Amino acid sequence: MGKTIAEKIFDAHLVDNPSGDIQVVRLDAVFCHEITTPIAITDLVARGKDRVFDATKIKAVIDHVTPAKDSKTALQGKILRDWARRHNIVDFFDIGRNGVCHAIFPEKGFVRPGYTIIMGDSHTCTHGAFGAFAAGVGTTDLEVGILKGVCAFKKPLSMKVNISGTLARGVYAKDVILALISKIGVNGATNRVMEFSGNVVDAMTMDQRMTLCNMAVEAGATSGICAPDKVTVDYLWPFIEDEYPTKEAALDAFNVFTPDADAAYTDVIEFDVTPLVPQVTFGFKPDQVKPVSDMEGEPIHQVYIGSCTNGRFEDLEIAADIIKGKQIDPGVRAIVSPATPDIYSRALSAGIIKIFMDAGFCVTNPTCGACLGMSNGVLAEGEACAATTNRNFNGRMGKGGMVHLMSPATAAASALTGTISNSPLFQPGGDNQ
Amino acid sequence: MKNFNGRVLFLDRSDINTDEIIPAKYLTESTKIALKPNLLEDLVLEGFDPQKDIEGKSVVITRDNFGCGSSREHAPWAFEVNGINMVIATGFARIFRQNMFNCGMMAVELDATAVDELFAEFAGEETAIETDIDKGIFTISAGEISRQISFSISEYDLSLVKAGGWVEFADQNY
Ligand code: SF4
Repeated sequence: MGKTIAEKIFDAHLVDNPSGDIQVVRLDAVFCHEITTPIAITDLVARGKDRVFDATKIKAVIDHVTPAKDSKTALQGKILRDWARRHNIVDFFDIGRNGVCHAIFPEKGFVRPGYTIIMGDSHTCTHGAFGAFAAGVGTTDLEVGILKGVCAFKKPLSMKVNISGTLARGVYAKDVILALISKIGVNGATNRVMEFSGNVVDAMTMDQRMTLCNMAVEAGATSGICAPDKVTVDYLWPFIEDEYPTKEAALDAFNVFTPDADAAYTDVIEFDVTPLVPQVTFGFKPDQVKPVSDMEGEPIHQVYIGSCTNGRFEDLEIAADIIKGKQIDPGVRAIVSPATPDIYSRALSAGIIKIFMDAGFCVTNPTCGACLGMSNGVLAEGEACAATTNRNFNGRMGKGGMVHLMSPATAAASALTGTISNSPLFQPGGDNQ
Repeated sequence: MKNFNGRVLFLDRSDINTDEIIPAKYLTESTKIALKPNLLEDLVLEGFDPQKDIEGKSVVITRDNFGCGSSREHAPWAFEVNGINMVIATGFARIFRQNMFNCGMMAVELDATAVDELFAEFAGEETAIETDIDKGIFTISAGEISRQISFSISEYDLSLVKAGGWVEFADQNY
């Protein structure tokens, strides 16, 4: 019997099999941020175990609330900063160099096909876009990862999601994943890895694959994963050119982690995206999804473009294309948060930041900010936000607020009208190919 | 080892997520005990009052996909500091379930029919549970009615519960 991507990665990292279906695997990287790591550090210190397994394999960033908004968040930053210094963790990104974890770590080349990665953050599944097994864990797993460089998982089961057809113009990876979550439900992939394949995935850029994998956890998945290919190698090339003589050699090495044709999956989902239209959520669960056209005219108070789902360069480019030369509706406030300093800087050079500012957007520093309702755009009770983020739970962006998840194009179009609106790039019934 | 006996809190809904269990704004706390007053404060559930209903409870019985959402271990901690060390459900989100055992707490899965029966028979009554983890049995009772329910958790999860959690277990074994 052949193997899935996750099974191949687990085989290459197996340390122990303490019981039945539990596998303890060696970790290639442990990612840390200032919300979940300080409490792990404090606990390790209290247990007399203030050690790290390998300082070069630990990467840390202050991203969720930065600059600190109050004494408590300042303390969280300080605990992480002091710990990184104490253990000589070189890849630590503090204010000025920091960005949203799942955007900055791939951008720095820290993710490779076949890697095992954990982080105290549920959207760690994003890094599966590179053919890595990357999973969110709780504080205790994080502590053990930091201390011993291992993590225990159930033997991974995978669901194959074959995405075929042709995406219409104005329809994006975000619409695909929202539609998929609505199809299978918020626990449709629980305890499984969603392995994405098909011609649509093959044609996606790394930015788009990260959007796709980012929301796998919203369907309950342990991780999303895409097989490594030429697109992956091209993206990683600046970081690996010293390790491989040619791109073809790198691809050969990474091909070890492509799935076998006869691999066993718990489910195979065939998803033809040709008829897909832009999607938006309407409730407090990410599987409550409708076509944007069914929600058109629904008033919004805030627009938020950013986050680990859709705060990357391509996302800003698409949104800027729509708002260029126009003004946001006077009834809304709009915020854009480039996910990393590099994205910010590229957007600045490309004139994209100016387009946002001219349209009336507030441009913030790279941070999670409003995405988790802790800073930079918290909603008031009764307010609604058109957001490119990944979670619409009750209270997520502020108590009593409603978050509508959508693509950057839909968010940009909604900023112009002050209501949920289809982007002009999408022509219902027209030729969108 | 923690205590898995006591009065039951019934939460009759599926997909109760971690933001409902403990809202993100409390993630800035650096101690567990600070989470005590905020457990389930954003839970969307008809008739539920966190101020009154949590006090004195030690076990939760709920429906499917409990603890979905974020990876925050603050969710089991918020239960722990309120004296709730055991959740019985039709199903759990993966990270939440793992977090429970990693903290030496119990996440017990029963099939949907068994959970339906517990709700039908006991919800709304003053109900208590007594657990024998070695035998894999809990006794649930309200007034005159009493039933024994068997459950299974893996040997590995049991060893975590007994070791007092995964940090101690891993540091000894790897
Ligand atoms: S952007 Fe939002 S979802 Fe992503 S890591 Fe930050 S808080 Fe989490």
